[in-house]
Amino acid sequence: MEPAPARSSFPPMANTASSLPRFLTRKGVPLWRDVEVLKWTAQIVSAALVIWFVYFFISNVIRAANARNLGLGYGFLDNAAGFPIAESVVPYDPSRSFGYALWVGFLNTVKVSLVGIVLATVLGLFIALARLSTNWLVSNLAGIYINIIRNVPLLVQLFIWYFAVFQKLPPVRNAIALPGPVYLSQRGLYMTGPAPTETFRAWLVFVVAAVVLAGVLHRLLLRYQVQTGRTTYPLLSATAVLLGLPLIGWLAVGSPPLTITRPVLERFNFVGGLRLTPEFVALLVGLVIYTSAFIAEVMRGGILAVHKGQVEAAKALGFSTPQTLRLIVLPLALRVIIPPLISQYLNLTKNSSLAVIIGYPDLFFVGRTIINQAGQAVPVFLLIMAVYLSLSLFTSAVLNVYNRKVQLVER
Amino acid sequence: MSVGETVIGPPARPTPAQWVRKNLFSSPFNSALTVISVLVIVLAARGIGRWVFVTADWSPVVQSLRLFAVGPYPAEQLWRIWFIVYMVSFLMGVSGGRFGGTVRTFAVALAVAFGVLAVLPISPDYLPLDTRLRLLLNPVMAVAGYVVGRRAPIQARWLPLAWLSSFALTIVMLGGFRNVALLPYVESGKWGGLTLTFLLALVGIVASFPIGVLLALGRQSNLPVVKALCIVFIEVVRGVPLVTILFMVSIILPLFLPDNIRIDRVLRAMLGMTLFAAAYMAENVRGGLQSIPRGQYEAAKALGLTGFQTTLLIVLPQALRVVIPAIVGQFIALFMDTTLAIIVGLLELLAVGRAVLNSNPAWLFRDMEVYLFIALIFWIFTFSMSFASRRVEAAVGLGKR
Amino acid sequence: MKAKLSFLVSTVVVVALLAAACAPATPAPAPQEQPTAAQEQPAAAPAAQEQPTAAPAPAAQKILDAVKARGKVVCGVHTSLPGFGYLDANGKNMGFDIDLCRAVAAAVFGSPDAAEFVPISAAERGPALQTREVDMVPRNMTWTSTRDAQWGNFTHVMFYDGQGMMVRADSGFKTLEDLNGATICVTTGTTTEQNLADAFRERGLTFTAVTFEDTSAVYSAYEGGRCDAATSDKSQLAAVRSGFANPNDHVILEITMSKEPLAPAVPAGDDQWFDLVKTVLWVLINAEEMGVTSQNVEEMKNSPSLPVRRMLGVEGSFGQEDLGLSKDFAVNVIKAVGNYGEIYDRYMGPNGLSFTLDRGLNNLWTNGGLIYAPPLR
Repeated sequence: MEPAPARSSFPPMANTASSLPRFLTRKGVPLWRDVEVLKWTAQIVSAALVIWFVYFFISNVIRAANARNLGLGYGFLDNAAGFPIAESVVPYDPSRSFGYALWVGFLNTVKVSLVGIVLATVLGLFIALARLSTNWLVSNLAGIYINIIRNVPLLVQLFIWYFAVFQKLPPVRNAIALPGPVYLSQRGLYMTGPAPTETFRAWLVFVVAAVVLAGVLHRLLLRYQVQTGRTTYPLLSATAVLLGLPLIGWLAVGSPPLTITRPVLERFNFVGGLRLTPEFVALLVGLVIYTSAFIAEVMRGGILAVHKGQVEAAKALGFSTPQTLRLIVLPLALRVIIPPLISQYLNLTKNSSLAVIIGYPDLFFVGRTIINQAGQAVPVFLLIMAVYLSLSLFTSAVLNVYNRKVQLVER
Repeated sequence: MSVGETVIGPPARPTPAQWVRKNLFSSPFNSALTVISVLVIVLAARGIGRWVFVTADWSPVVQSLRLFAVGPYPAEQLWRIWFIVYMVSFLMGVSGGRFGGTVRTFAVALAVAFGVLAVLPISPDYLPLDTRLRLLLNPVMAVAGYVVGRRAPIQARWLPLAWLSSFALTIVMLGGFRNVALLPYVESGKWGGLTLTFLLALVGIVASFPIGVLLALGRQSNLPVVKALCIVFIEVVRGVPLVTILFMVSIILPLFLPDNIRIDRVLRAMLGMTLFAAAYMAENVRGGLQSIPRGQYEAAKALGLTGFQTTLLIVLPQALRVVIPAIVGQFIALFMDTTLAIIVGLLELLAVGRAVLNSNPAWLFRDMEVYLFIALIFWIFTFSMSFASRRVEAAVGLGKR
Repeated sequence: MKAKLSFLVSTVVVVALLAAACAPATPAPAPQEQPTAAQEQPAAAPAAQEQPTAAPAPAAQKILDAVKARGKVVCGVHTSLPGFGYLDANGKNMGFDIDLCRAVAAAVFGSPDAAEFVPISAAERGPALQTREVDMVPRNMTWTSTRDAQWGNFTHVMFYDGQGMMVRADSGFKTLEDLNGATICVTTGTTTEQNLADAFRERGLTFTAVTFEDTSAVYSAYEGGRCDAATSDKSQLAAVRSGFANPNDHVILEITMSKEPLAPAVPAGDDQWFDLVKTVLWVLINAEEMGVTSQNVEEMKNSPSLPVRRMLGVEGSFGQEDLGLSKDFAVNVIKAVGNYGEIYDRYMGPNGLSFTLDRGLNNLWTNGGLIYAPPLR
């Protein structure tokens, strides 16, 4: 109707023509050889493919869910589980919900992974030192250990530990009694140990406070010492706090927060004391031994990576051997060790899912049971995958942060 | 003798006494360690020796050798597996003859191993004469192959192709066809034992190779969608345990396939192994890609190669060469990971072990013998493979770039 | 870039071919392989894209047609439960459940050997039915309302069972109350696992469970002493006990914790196949009722009894044509595996291959049991 808008719209159009992608304006290079065109085509095609695949997948899921009576919601997690779980960190009984049962499985995974990581690191360091020993015999023994453990599948090792070792221990009546008393039988490892009483929580506050205070104190004193050059005994003071505060707490809370319980053989089993089931112990031992061989190699590599000159330089500066180790070798070695160590820790956590075969109720085991009992394969499976994935991502994130810190110190 | 006449030679070989002193008794602490170690070794050797030769009852192992080797594969079709084994022996011989060096050592070791198996002191009930003769045919095949490899004008590049086609042939031979009388169909439920273990690992590594290379290239790509996809795939697969992936392909995946598509159980496990291996393969290849210096790209560009030509002709060949050791390492890991197929109900080596233990009530307490035997089999294969790969690596000078 | 594309496509094709080669007899592995390949490497588009359009999902195929095209009946079975589903020394599938699968194969193809056995775990029974991976699941499976609603169609009770408890003979236990605080081995993912929890909770008793997915792991743990008791269906306990090194060291308590009707199931949504399997089972039961055995089946064709003549296809019909079966399929079935009683006795009779278990509830209704089939007419 009015010519003005048409007129005003024309010049911009001419402008856009010049700002159009090159391939529309440029001559000479044919479309199918233009890098830009190809790139964009690849992008669009791949995006289209992804969309198509997601559509294909989701439509299939919905179709299959309708046709095969598969539940896709998570509502069932509130229903009563109805099945027993062999061991649990938190109280559990079959009247609890499916969701809670999964939580129990998750905690079991965390339990075996955490304990496993600590023990595997210690054992791995020990093996690495043995392997580096100047003693030919010790070094080769460690080498044989690493060779054998790394070349036999973890699952076979778990089978050996569980079915051939721990299940073949004597029955409860003839349990092997070790000093302590510690009893070792098919039913597991029963130890004399501390059990918390009702004042335990109050005492725990003191312990946590002691740890925090000791840490802060150590830091402050160390800084003061570095700044002023006056000896402040940071380590000694921190230790004093670490031990003293809980002691004060122990006396302050009234009745002792921990009592010693002893395992006593009753009609079926030992009762009381600390108990580790054979399933847990077998899984733990298998994971620790397997992972320690890999960790040993990682640590050996890290220690060897520290240049000899660094040690000599430290010696020349008058550092004592422990000082050289603590202040020079360890920080340098850690820089090399940490990244592969992260992946070993993650491997151990993921490998703990093999528990399913030896009856330790970890996340995967409980998840599979729920899949059977509730008939809800897909939601449970997605949940399990998500948990493992976030465990992995979380661990690597935490350790990566630490890793970055170590790297920064260096440069 | 004057100073000037002193010849500086290599340090003299230490006498045994010197060596012992230096390596075993250099300090009081070391001496103590040596004594403790010797004690441990003696005690362990005595205990293990007594157990192996006196206490242990190896009958579940000895009486089930065939099950361990091939699982429930039909007896009248066993010639197919023998054929495959001969083929491998022959090709090993050819490769040994053509390449010499470590490959030859490996071929010799294989032939010797078969020879040793053939003369094991086992009752003829469980290792009959015809089986021994068939085993002995393997060294013969290897020698024949060796002669061919030395004499015949075979180009080196045809050998990998021959191996690949023998691999395809292996699968065809194992499965057979529904309507071919000579090669009747053997359903995958009957595949088992060491055969299945090897098959799973081989398929996993071979099939994961192209996928892994593509994923690695995709991850390096400057196309955001492609890159994001590859990263998500790689990180998700590497972030979850293999059992969950096997579980997904064997139980969850079929729930969502259209009714007319059924995937065989073994194939599903292979698919799972492949997806899993591909993510790790991608990371290995990426390491190789990153090791290629910039100069290579620039030189290629200067020569007028396109991006694609650069990747295919310059970067990939070098990158793949660098990652060969890593791929061998991954194959070994995958070979050991095949044991997880027991969780989805396949009769691989470990599952055969369980089945053997359950097959006879008298063997209830023989777990240790059976599982140690399986461990030994795995150890022999993985150790010799990693040993060979290290030798090859050293010979080619890989890893020293 | 063009060359790159063709390189990518060719590698994907190689992978697909490899995958296809792995399963020469799998109907259509490629369409499945492709979408996953596409997910990983979008650049592989062209090869991947065609497949799904080339293979549009048709309406669900009739199971009987698929079975006939394949030439085999595929059954999901147990492979380590003596009596019901196990492997003999030659690796051949044997057992009460297995014989039903052979009977169906004989009904469809005239030969009991046209059966293929897929070993499945307890956990896989539902998915295997839902995905139609197998044509039927005769695998020691308890019929419950939930399973019927979720998994597939249960045909007809083949074995009446109840959950029992096995303990060591020298323990002196008689009742569940004696087991208060005990450690009990049980297979996970089963009805038994839940019944066990219910039974102890009802009575206010406690127990520690040791659970495995693998049935054999459960019993080797129990026999080895890991548990004070093992619980399962009584028939299974009897079967397992017979396989122990010293069966007499173990007793099955005189208590029944639940009812466990074991029934073979078929995938949902195919009435013809559902009816076919039911009818084969009814033939087995009716044959015992009429006294037709694998030995006398030929001469029974001349029997004066009309029901017998009708069953054996000599005269009249009981719906064979509607089921898509030959008129005389019952003869093939009975020749192949015998009647219900013969199958029972073969494995669990006085001189059974596996062990001896009193027929009890599994007697014909005429002998005071519960085994009763609709008439064939």
